Amino acid sequence: MSDRLPGFSTLAVHAGAQPDPTTGARATPIYQTTSFVFNDADHAASLFGLQAFGNIYTRIGNPTNAVLEERVAALEGGTAALAVASGHAAQVVILQQLLQPGDEFIAARKLYGGSINQFTHAFKSFGWNVVWADPDDISSFERAVTPRTKAIFIESIANPAGSITDIEAISTVARKAGVPLIVDNTLASPYLIRPIDHGADIVVHSLTKFLGGHGNSLGGIIVDAGTFDWSTGGKYPMLSEPRPEYHGIRLQETFGNFAFAIACRVLGLRDLGPALSPFNAFMILTGIETLPLRMQKHCDNAKAVAEFLAGHPAVASVSYAGLASDKYNQLARKYAPKGAGAVFTFSLKGGYDAGVNLVSKLQLFSHLANVGDTRSLVIHPASTTHSQLDDAAKVKSGAGPDVVRLSIGIEDKEDLIADLEQALSA
Amino acid sequence: MNHDAYPDNYIRGILNSVKSIAMVGASPQNVRPSYFAFKYLAQRGYDMIPINPGHVGKDLLGKPFVASLSDIGRPIDMIDIFRNSSHIMPVVEEALTLDPLPKVIWMQLGARDDAAAAKAESVGIKVVMNRCPKIEYGRLSSEISWMGVNSRTLSSKRAPAPTQGMRLSLNRMSVGGGDTAASDRAAKNKTEQS
Ligand SMILES: Cc1ncc(COP(=O)(O)O)c(C=O)c1O
Repeated sequence: MSDRLPGFSTLAVHAGAQPDPTTGARATPIYQTTSFVFNDADHAASLFGLQAFGNIYTRIGNPTNAVLEERVAALEGGTAALAVASGHAAQVVILQQLLQPGDEFIAARKLYGGSINQFTHAFKSFGWNVVWADPDDISSFERAVTPRTKAIFIESIANPAGSITDIEAISTVARKAGVPLIVDNTLASPYLIRPIDHGADIVVHSLTKFLGGHGNSLGGIIVDAGTFDWSTGGKYPMLSEPRPEYHGIRLQETFGNFAFAIACRVLGLRDLGPALSPFNAFMILTGIETLPLRMQKHCDNAKAVAEFLAGHPAVASVSYAGLASDKYNQLARKYAPKGAGAVFTFSLKGGYDAGVNLVSKLQLFSHLANVGDTRSLVIHPASTTHSQLDDAAKVKSGAGPDVVRLSIGIEDKEDLIADLEQALSA
Repeated sequence: MNHDAYPDNYIRGILNSVKSIAMVGASPQNVRPSYFAFKYLAQRGYDMIPINPGHVGKDLLGKPFVASLSDIGRPIDMIDIFRNSSHIMPVVEEALTLDPLPKVIWMQLGARDDAAAAKAESVGIKVVMNRCPKIEYGRLSSEISWMGVNSRTLSSKRAPAPTQGMRLSLNRMSVGGGDTAASDRAAKNKTEQS
């Protein structure tokens, strides 16, 4: 037994999975069951009391989902993870552990439009108050800190324009404020960026995107970095105080550096209920096995397409951090040296109408509201994902009316460029 | 020994070799971490001895409470201390009067006393601080993976499904040691309440 560190691709294939104890099945079986029998009354009590490791009911945990959880925790370098039904469900479960009604959290203004909606409207009705800050101006995060601040939320590569966030600088603000930094790593995937290495305390993903990678299954996951001390000052009572739900257990004291993941499971998932189907977990796990291969191809294709667009006379501007001339290129070189992701935007000289025309003429690119599929995708954010924002907020989040967003797939890049070429000149 | 991050082989070697464990500060309350760990380690086949002067005359899961380490009256392999950092030294000093000496002194999650550790190590006792043997056993056997925890181990071998009272193999391929930064910070201002 030597202690050595296997590479990322080895972890992507093996972490969390081993041959099935009962049948020897080598692929992870789909444990499509709601519940699991107890050995006896004492075993049942031990499981319900969190004294034993094991399975009870699929809303609390499932063996297929557990493989996915350990796989992503390993890829992100975290201590533990919890898989849930969607990326949005993961965000609710995280904040439920951290905020009491009347508390605040600071969020980067450049986020997936659905997250902006969720934070602005749904969370407000829970009494969780979002305070926006500008990821291009770190001091705006410092200024937003108040005694009620309980967390900071950013995206590593921000939807829709693929801008790169200075995770280390914002983690310094979080540390000073004594609050955890939550990083949505959906658009980067751990293959490109591992936010925990840069100071994140919690990583969240929509598994629906690059991790699953095939556009066939919704899912979300929460990764506990194990870096945050929840015990100080009673600021995080879900973790530090005796929990009446569990006869007075204190989670941090009992579970140490993976207490946050346990809180998300036993106080969040158990009580809110957004469980991930084991079938989806299986599909996503299968996707993750090829993550390194796919992600590199996504990035290489994206760079080629961005370079093509940047040189096209109909294009006004391209926002892709992988281009040497891009505003975020320095940050991309630091945080994502293997590639700047595959989601980016560009704007057409012909404005809104030219954008609509382009989308209608494309033959390979699919017009739909998703990113991180094997297939190349196109959308006009201002009229879809970001349509609920007012005009000023659209521009601020990088989704102005003239902007088209692409998610580049793993087809042959020559075919993608040819499709864009014909659509731009049609 | 660097007590910030232990190689898995160090922890694996301890858990594979010790048979008897005296738990100082074992609590009969079933929501206390010491109760969790006591019950789990007993189920995995360790010979467990609960030490707590406040409960002598009663037993913990069938094992009679003993008042102090000196009262055990037979050799023990490991002492697992469920006391906060400021109460570690007297326990270690008492452990050093035992004959034969224990092979391992283990301090729970959140507990760390470097001076006490140095004393024990100077007479050849292995020391682990700020870790839970239940968590480490569950991690190295990967049983803890049921809870989505990163075991930091890999295996392509078929292992039997764990049943009660069964010893599990801890000999999986390790993917590197762990860090204890958060628990270390927690250890500085923790008060014991078992
Ligand atoms: C960056 C980012 N975060 C979160 C989400 C939400 O994930 P889900 O659709 O799985 O709820 C998305 C979805 O588009 C996203 O792109």
